[in-house]
Amino acid sequence: MTDTRAIALIAAAAIVTALIRFLPFLLLGGRRKTPEYITYLGKVLPCAIMGMLVVYCLRGIHLLTRPHGLPEFIAVAATAVLHLWKRNTLLSIAGGTVCYMVLIQFIFK
Amino acid sequence: MNRNLLRQVVIKTLPVMTGYVVLGFGFGILSESAGYGIGWVLAMSVFIYAGSMQYLMVSLLTSGASVISTALATLMVNARHLFYGISMIDKYKGAGAKKPYLIFALTDETYSLLCHGDTPEGVNPHLYYFLVSLFDQIYWIIGSVLGAIVGSAVTFNSAGIDFAMTALFVTVFVEQWLTAKNHVPAIAGVCISVVCLAVFGSDLFLIPSMILILAGLSFGRPVFERKESGGAAAAELPDASDRHKRSAASGAQERSSRHD
Repeated sequence: MTDTRAIALIAAAAIVTALIRFLPFLLLGGRRKTPEYITYLGKVLPCAIMGMLVVYCLRGIHLLTRPHGLPEFIAVAATAVLHLWKRNTLLSIAGGTVCYMVLIQFIFK
Repeated sequence: MNRNLLRQVVIKTLPVMTGYVVLGFGFGILSESAGYGIGWVLAMSVFIYAGSMQYLMVSLLTSGASVISTALATLMVNARHLFYGISMIDKYKGAGAKKPYLIFALTDETYSLLCHGDTPEGVNPHLYYFLVSLFDQIYWIIGSVLGAIVGSAVTFNSAGIDFAMTALFVTVFVEQWLTAKNHVPAIAGVCISVVCLAVFGSDLFLIPSMILILAGLSFGRPVFERKESGGAAAAELPDASDRHKRSAASGAQERSSRHD
């Protein structure tokens, strides 16, 4: 990829990200009260979206061929258990990532 | 601006500092190893400033994605930010010249620090929000640039470090699960996405998933809302607030879904 093309992609990501962040303020910022439907979505959507993003991260797994997504599933479970146990975001992320790196570099080579 | 205020901001942002340095570091290494070194890393951390998107950006750059597909991917990955903005509309009112930056810098982590709206006494809230947002981005930039420097200086097998993004989402998912009164949205999010992944394949499943999730939550609103209000008292139980304090004290970053 040429540098110009790479810059264009980064600019696209930057502009769309900023648009998303500004949109609620542009659309609703002038009103005195946020519509109830939006408030409701603001409450329930984050949980659903986060579930979707976890699936999104694991989309490349091939269940039918070795290692059948085992490194991913084990590392996800380790992250979740670590978080349920210590409830420390940093520790959960670091622990889960190290677990995954060890799994794919040494165990499921 | 005085030293006391800066001290308060540093203390407040400490959990994000550690998290961002680690995640930013991972991004820096990943980007460097994909051929996009310090300059690129710096540009992305300054102008995009969205953790998961920047990880994805590396694979978009290396796979030769188009501008359109990059824009669509950004839309899908960052759409959740719409909902952070919605709950900060009132808090950011009257922020004046600081407002554009406050909105630009509203990441998952910054949102999690500011959504409760508590500010130190005698401090201009907007100045406080601004400093917390700015410090968070500085941590992110430092972490990612360090990753790019170290990534080029030493050679160690970084395969799998991008799992930090997956781990972040799993952590937020668990955190939300523990604090949510109603688990149906979380379950629906996972199930709908898995079904869409099976039907539409890995390249196309996100948009149908989002549409179906939005539709499902909209149609289920009468049921979910009754549950939300019915379970409101649960949030006041000593157990819940204890866990809340414990998590804050142990440096966990609280996130979203708790801002009602």
